[in-house]
Amino acid sequence: MFLQLIVSGIAIGSIYALVALAMVIIYKASEVPNFAQGEMAMISTFLAFMLLDSYGQGFLVSFSGALGFAIALGIFLEFVFLRRAKDPNVLSLILITLGFEMMLYGVGSWKWGAEQQSFPFPVSDFDIVNVGPAVLSYLNIATLVVALFLMLALFLFFKYTKVGIAMKATQQNMIAARINGIRANRILSITWAMSSFIGAVAGMMLAPIATLDPNLMMDPLLKGFAAAVLGGMTTLVGSAIGGYILGIIETLFGGYVSLQFKSIVAFLIIVLVLCFKPSGLFSKHYVRRV
Amino acid sequence: MDSDFFGVENLTISFGGLTAVNDVGFGVMEGSIFSIIGPNGAGKTTIFNCINGLYIPDSGKVIFKGEEITGLKPHKIAQKGIARTFQNIELFSRMTTMENLMLGRHLHINTGVFSGATFFRRRSKAALEEIKHRGRVERIIDLLDLQFARNQFVGGLPYGTQKLIELGRALALDPEFLLLDEPSAGMNTEEKQDLIFWIKDIQDELGITILLIEHDMRMVMDISDRILAINFGKPIIEGTPEDVQNDPEVLKAYLGEEEIY
Repeated sequence: MFLQLIVSGIAIGSIYALVALAMVIIYKASEVPNFAQGEMAMISTFLAFMLLDSYGQGFLVSFSGALGFAIALGIFLEFVFLRRAKDPNVLSLILITLGFEMMLYGVGSWKWGAEQQSFPFPVSDFDIVNVGPAVLSYLNIATLVVALFLMLALFLFFKYTKVGIAMKATQQNMIAARINGIRANRILSITWAMSSFIGAVAGMMLAPIATLDPNLMMDPLLKGFAAAVLGGMTTLVGSAIGGYILGIIETLFGGYVSLQFKSIVAFLIIVLVLCFKPSGLFSKHYVRRV
Repeated sequence: MDSDFFGVENLTISFGGLTAVNDVGFGVMEGSIFSIIGPNGAGKTTIFNCINGLYIPDSGKVIFKGEEITGLKPHKIAQKGIARTFQNIELFSRMTTMENLMLGRHLHINTGVFSGATFFRRRSKAALEEIKHRGRVERIIDLLDLQFARNQFVGGLPYGTQKLIELGRALALDPEFLLLDEPSAGMNTEEKQDLIFWIKDIQDELGITILLIEHDMRMVMDISDRILAINFGKPIIEGTPEDVQNDPEVLKAYLGEEEIY
């Protein structure tokens, strides 16, 4: 039982880790927690569903179409709304993301309605493999593999590529970055595109185990946010580990204490982290000099 | 020597009711060192920010090699070959010296996302390019004696060293025109002496034209070919170090109205 809970926790933790990563990428670039993250992923997931269900496209076309759409959506929101904000402070940018959240939720409910759909997926949630005494479905394994692959890609991107390093530089000192020939505005667009892409992957991996409706990402978004706070909003590795820790704790709580109150754990964790280690478990405390 | 290398004409910018720079104009000859002096708040750094594209002037022109660059974005101006350092250091403080200088090479590195992330072969194009640019940066590190700081995070290094790293990063851009904003501030006498040699080396050996803001008058008079003195955003005099040293208006701006000797 214990091992099974750990394994399931890691599986769901992968989704939280992806959502947390999507949030942290934007947060690191602009100190804005993007509350529209979930709805952006929801819309992209619905798009994949529409291509599959209404237009009869294959999985490859639908999924890559949806991911392409996610990238375009991220760039669109950054370019059309955030960049137009005049002399923005962090609070007003957060409010803009809340505005997106409502708009996108409205679009989702209007286009796809409130009824719950089931999301077809090439990998089954019912075929299982035995890992010692525990059981893992193929879908769990696929989620885990995809999440780890994305994390590796992100790690390489930020550590070695020119664009990734330019991104880090822009986060640390925008003026110096611009003076050295980095297009800071374009870096922000890329940030949103990447974040939206990762969010959409999380949405599509989650949709087959959850039910597909406009509320799809609400709960995972909050969990992902909790995971990011737990690991530290400024570290990519930390927030990913935070996602796994949260997934495991939550599943253990559901298994041993109370299934009904499982969701509370995430919020309990946010409160405890903010009380005792506000910068998160894995990030160095960073105080800005005034 | 060519006097239309770099020029500023009738530059004016105001913030609210304050005219920070008022009708300033000057020309810099290729290969020379041109200094701007003036009391605190005279508008020197504001002129730099207008040249760099961080501020857009209300009126006036900035001309570089016969081409108007007024109001271009900062990254475009960096592409034209203008680099700068800041009065209050602007480094990537959570990166090492090496990484900071490599970021100065940003415009010259062409590695794509995929090849940069993977580095499959030891002699792949991305690897060769990395080696080439690291070699270039190592030369700058040697020039400025920064070997000891190569792999340290710059946030924890001494102030004078950080200033040098910023100078190194500007050099890594391979500029034709270098703007130095109070490079010697916070340095002790020996460090200042070294800095004077380096600036002369940069001018003579690398052939880079330099625009300098500096408060240390000994240094300014020592290395400048021409000097512009400004006060309250307005030019007082432009000329050789001797002209400026003996100008009564300059003395007044620096020492106040009353005769003290």
